[in-house]
Amino acid sequence: MLKNRIIPCLDVKNGRVVKGINFVDLKDAGDPVEQAKIYSDGGADEICFLDITASNENRDTIYKVVERTSKNCFVPLTVGGGVRSVEDINKLLNCGADKVSINTAAVQNPKLVEESSKKFGSQCIVVAIDAKKNGESWEIFTHGGRNSTGINAIEFANKMENCGAGELLVTSMDKDGTQSGYDIKLMTTISSNVNIPVIASGGVGTLDHLAEGIKSGASAVLAASIFHYGSYSVAEAKQYLASKDIPVRI
Amino acid sequence: MNVTIVDYNSGNISSVINSFKEVAKDKVNIEVTSDLNKIKSSDKVVLPGQGSFKSCVGALKDIKGLVDTLNDFAINNKKPLLGICVGLQMFADVGYEEKETKGLGWIPGKVSIIDNQNRKYKLPHIGWNEINITKDSKIFKGIENKSHMYFVHSYEFIPEDKNIISATTDYSSSIVCAVEKENIFGTQFHPEKSDKIGLKIINNFINL
Repeated sequence: MLKNRIIPCLDVKNGRVVKGINFVDLKDAGDPVEQAKIYSDGGADEICFLDITASNENRDTIYKVVERTSKNCFVPLTVGGGVRSVEDINKLLNCGADKVSINTAAVQNPKLVEESSKKFGSQCIVVAIDAKKNGESWEIFTHGGRNSTGINAIEFANKMENCGAGELLVTSMDKDGTQSGYDIKLMTTISSNVNIPVIASGGVGTLDHLAEGIKSGASAVLAASIFHYGSYSVAEAKQYLASKDIPVRI
Repeated sequence: MNVTIVDYNSGNISSVINSFKEVAKDKVNIEVTSDLNKIKSSDKVVLPGQGSFKSCVGALKDIKGLVDTLNDFAINNKKPLLGICVGLQMFADVGYEEKETKGLGWIPGKVSIIDNQNRKYKLPHIGWNEINITKDSKIFKGIENKSHMYFVHSYEFIPEDKNIISATTDYSSSIVCAVEKENIFGTQFHPEKSDKIGLKIINNFINL
């Protein structure tokens, strides 16, 4: 039986780990490679790096981080943030990333998703959707949640599936950083509308939130702060989910 | 000893290289090349593969003499070869991803899309799944039945001869996830991404 995945995410800035509250107010806290190794040794099913300020600052630091991580961790590594072109994707994969997540560029240029999934295979193309509630539906935002687009999140999810995305990483902008749980309705709506796996993200504060995320129909749950600040270990999270009869790899 | 990872522009093989180097340390020489002479003279060959069946077969054929060299290595000289993911799928006669494409024809069978049972199951089949070991395979030495391996694929290999199957995994149906036919080994899952247990499989192959 396929197990539900727990994916700790590390926000990386200039080669160092940070975690923002609602994408601002960053705190510095450590070496990403060391952190990733702790996570993979603790049973993380995948590791995710989000290079949060990649668009404006020194890009090359992330390549070195990815290179070092892939020589030390032997679980899948997803890297996102500032990915603009086929060449960016190629460079990250060559450094040892297994998947690349594309956010702003997928909105501005859906052809990038089409081209890169053809060139590298759907298995390594993740489209990251940042969605914010707008009346009864959700709207997608770009540039780390700064810019509104007027695009409906569900329609965009369908479009990305058709373009060849292998997975969708769905973050609720309303919930991100609040530790009040995933936007369950958003996750359920998107995962029931597409036939590719959905990774739920944004808002985890307790282990029960992870369970709710899985029950919403997501194939994987991503969390940053609860693991990063040591509130819970990945192993504790898995034990908890197993105790709730949610299939996980232990 | 030399182990060669065939570098034929089949997509991302960094993780395969890193994992083999991690296991080999300084004891075994790991080559990453498409040089025909180096492949011929190596003791073992790893055939990775990412992307589609069609693009991987196309990439193999684009390197002049590579298919013949691999045939010599695995079929005529019967030296150990490990196919990973699409590398395993290419052992088949034919694949149906994108369009009907001839494979290497080493193990009779076909590669078809996984039946998602009317969208009941998501594709790709991504994540950690248990393997059911169905026969004693040399690369499973010390690997417990029901161990978790990391998968990411939408197509499955359906071999004609069920005796070559060494493990299956359960998703929408029972999916063949490892084969062993004499000197030819293959895994649908990614041992290079399956943590310590995956590295053990790589170690078993290196130490054959």
